[in-house]
Amino acid sequence: MVNLTIDGKKYQAEEGQNVLEVALENGIEIPHLCYHENLSPYGGCRLCLVEVTRNGRAFLTTSCTYPCLDGIIVKTDTPEVLRARRLVLELLMPLAPEAPQLQALARQMEIEEPRFKTDEEADDCIRCGLCVRACTELVGAQAITFSGRGYRKTVEPPFGEEALDCIGCGTCVFLCPTGCIQMVDKSAERTIARWQRTLPLKACSSCGRYYIPFAQIEFARQKSREAPAEDWFDLCPDCR
Amino acid sequence: MEVKEIERIMEKYDADRTDVLGMLMDIQEKERYLPREALRHLSEKLSVPLTRLYNMATFYEALSLKPLGRHQIHVCMGTACHVRGAARILDKLESSLSIKPGEVTPDLNFGLKTVNCVGACALGPVVQVNGEYHGNMSALKVERMLKRYSEADKEKTE
Repeated sequence: MVNLTIDGKKYQAEEGQNVLEVALENGIEIPHLCYHENLSPYGGCRLCLVEVTRNGRAFLTTSCTYPCLDGIIVKTDTPEVLRARRLVLELLMPLAPEAPQLQALARQMEIEEPRFKTDEEADDCIRCGLCVRACTELVGAQAITFSGRGYRKTVEPPFGEEALDCIGCGTCVFLCPTGCIQMVDKSAERTIARWQRTLPLKACSSCGRYYIPFAQIEFARQKSREAPAEDWFDLCPDCR
Repeated sequence: MEVKEIERIMEKYDADRTDVLGMLMDIQEKERYLPREALRHLSEKLSVPLTRLYNMATFYEALSLKPLGRHQIHVCMGTACHVRGAARILDKLESSLSIKPGEVTPDLNFGLKTVNCVGACALGPVVQVNGEYHGNMSALKVERMLKRYSEADKEKTE
């Protein structure tokens, strides 16, 4: 166990935990978009900036990637921190002007109009990498990746074509903080337009609802150590 | 690119997937780009996800998914070269080759690219061709330099 101070109060944390994790566990709110408890921290959105004082030296850092160390003093709401976060959000907003989650944060931080504009048309992606990490670490399909570097960085399937390894599970759709990945189920087909992927769906043998892509069933069968019963996927979760 | 060639490069690194960047660079050197089939083959044989290879291929400046020129010209646009007229040299190259930076001539003879510093500021303005440094360049010397490279090609074919 390590002892640290957050906003003047003392807390105990387990070694290896990051500052954001401990703050959230104790009800201290720090805005964040790219952090997810089940995924490796990435420090991509830069919104969880806090001031850390270690060995008498204070600096700004992302709390999701900073480890809890003995004796560090964390401040989450100094004027410097709030100003830095405001700037970060102003830089993110032009990338995804329509995103409700960003707009809610902007209202909180009292930003009316961000000062910045993008050169190219916004694609609503803030490059937070949640979809990439989820597809790699959680799902394991590894269908999408970052491409390029710096301001040209984007998320796409290999060669920017159809994501041939995508199983249509929709994890990325669920996690995306800007909602830029859309998934549409139309009768027996599921389409994720951003990955240029359309997959046939299997119907539940009881209620007849199309509920899972065949590709996802196949993937699950290959991944699971103990093969699920042959008829397991015949029924949808509601009918099981 | 032939499968045999890819296999040979893989063997050189004992098919160790931690050396995949080395393999990619060898393929790049051989083919002047990374053919898709080569990436697919590597991905399959080394059990490295294709997304990982694609990520590397787009990240590193030394790797390209499109064929580069037989003579790849890098014009240094760093501060020292810039103040000594790198822009004029780039202009001249663009008009002589009728291509923009990042493009390749239709016959794949020359490729043009800007770089931000080649670490030879004292020689500025610098143009790098196939890794050879041409220091104290000027727009006037551009034609002569291009001619030298195309003539060297002709001699080779004769």
